[in-house]
Amino acid sequence: MNIVYNGQNDPRAFKDVLGQVIPALAAEDENIIYLDADLMSCIGTKKWADGNPTRGINCGISEANMIGVAAGLAASGFKPIVHTFGPFASRRAFDQVFLSAGYAGNDITVIGTDPGVCAAFNGGTHMPFEDVALYRTLPTATILDITDANMLISVLKQCKDRPGVKYIRVGRKNAAKVFADGEETPIGKAIPLREGKDAVIFAAGIMVHEAMQAAEQLLSQGISAAVVNIFTIKPLDTETVLRYAKAAGRAVVAENHNKIGGLYSAVCEALAKEGVARVDYVAVEDEYGEVGPQDYLQKRFGLTAAHIVEKVKGLL
Amino acid sequence: MDAAKKQELERFALQIRIGALEQFKSRGFGHVGGSLSVADLLSVLYKTQMTIDPKDPRKPDRDKLVCSKGHAGPAIYSTLALLGYFPYEVLKTLNQPGTTLPSHCDRNKTPGVDMTTGSLGQGTSLACGMALGDRIKGRKNRVFLIVGDGEADEGQVWEACMFASAKKLSNLVLLLDYNKKQLDGPVKEILDPLDFEAKFKAFGFDTVTIDGNDAAALYDALERTKKGGDKPFAIVLDTIKGKGVEEIENMAANHSVTADTQQWDVWQKGLIAKLENEEGIA
Repeated sequence: MNIVYNGQNDPRAFKDVLGQVIPALAAEDENIIYLDADLMSCIGTKKWADGNPTRGINCGISEANMIGVAAGLAASGFKPIVHTFGPFASRRAFDQVFLSAGYAGNDITVIGTDPGVCAAFNGGTHMPFEDVALYRTLPTATILDITDANMLISVLKQCKDRPGVKYIRVGRKNAAKVFADGEETPIGKAIPLREGKDAVIFAAGIMVHEAMQAAEQLLSQGISAAVVNIFTIKPLDTETVLRYAKAAGRAVVAENHNKIGGLYSAVCEALAKEGVARVDYVAVEDEYGEVGPQDYLQKRFGLTAAHIVEKVKGLL
Repeated sequence: MDAAKKQELERFALQIRIGALEQFKSRGFGHVGGSLSVADLLSVLYKTQMTIDPKDPRKPDRDKLVCSKGHAGPAIYSTLALLGYFPYEVLKTLNQPGTTLPSHCDRNKTPGVDMTTGSLGQGTSLACGMALGDRIKGRKNRVFLIVGDGEADEGQVWEACMFASAKKLSNLVLLLDYNKKQLDGPVKEILDPLDFEAKFKAFGFDTVTIDGNDAAALYDALERTKKGGDKPFAIVLDTIKGKGVEEIENMAANHSVTADTQQWDVWQKGLIAKLENEEGIA
């Protein structure tokens, strides 16, 4: 896989990618239908939806109803893509996702934007540190924590025909570019980004950039750390996780989520039986979010490269 | 509607009730009150309104029924068995291990069940999605949606009603089973719904209130919904919870009833006797 990471942001903001890819998918596939809960303007889809009222459905501020309508549309033969902010896409409408979509066998793709500290100035009420934990309990769900614009495009294309409930957590702003344009990131496959023998850092979403920075800092201190991008949190690529954990014997899991129920939990569950590595985490402690700029929040909740460096060194 | 047609529908409703009791008798307990209250509705829907094919239960342009009060499953199962979706004997397996007939409707388990329901309120949004999808696909079918009066406590019901009205889903027919009782007692005491008809009107529905246990009234109201237009339809069904078995009707709490086989048998035989004595029906 062509990795082009150099620490610089991709010029394409996630919201612009969503605003382009959703209409493009709808143009390709007559069964794509997009629903939003009064947040179309946040991802640049409103103008297109206004001109295509049978393909872009604004449900108003009623997330529970929106998920149910999407599930009903799936039963009618559509492939719905639903968007709202992460907290509403998860805890607000969770029973509807669980029963109307999951249990009832109505396949939908749910996009929850601004996961974790990406909610920044919307603050603690809008800051889901628990969305992955909730979706992980949904049998056969697919959970994707997006790293860069190219991955978002690749994943959206794969989700439309993938069975079950798919949950995509992604920011709206720009993020560090990791993958070359046009590179496909197959769902379910962890992506090694950097090799190293002393420890492995398993990271997802915005924490991939922090992990890459941390690995560079560690190297300058004579410590060699691998970085593996686990953007598919469920189904977890257990084989790759085991292989890297076994090789290094030390693993740090970095996620923009509560330490309970997310990627750290998933990795620990995968490794517990094998007993091949000591594992630590860089994740949000068991607490609620708060308001502020994202860089402040990353420091406040311990989600920076420096925190990863400390945790890796602590395992040596 | 002529007398013969009315009698035919009443006889089918009786058969639905008998089949429902067959299930409760086999298991010893079940949601009898809300199953019996919708039997007349199911008779009129399936016999006069819905274009369906028991041999092709997932035909895309069929008329669809979402029973959002999913606990009325046994009434639906009885209807579907009588229509030939599956053998009548299957009714004896309600809630038995591995059954295709769970307490609450499940589209993946029971042939002819169009949507999975059970967490109250959710069927309303699902039905909206189905009606919207059918309309976009250019299908001419209708989607019928049964909502419980207690279920209308759920906020999602009213989110869905706003949606149905805003999107002009005139292929959606909401049927509110106003049987006046919910699990803990009378709906007026638990959480007074006030005036259902006024509420549906305010939400932009074409609305009427009828005797929901009267086949002729049901038929007339449902025929009206064929006219289309730009409003969804809501029919408030004034019904009796436990309708058809006097002793159950008179119970203060008849949402779920437990009884021994002999008792179920007595109730069921009462209905069978009515069926055999046609004069007793009217």
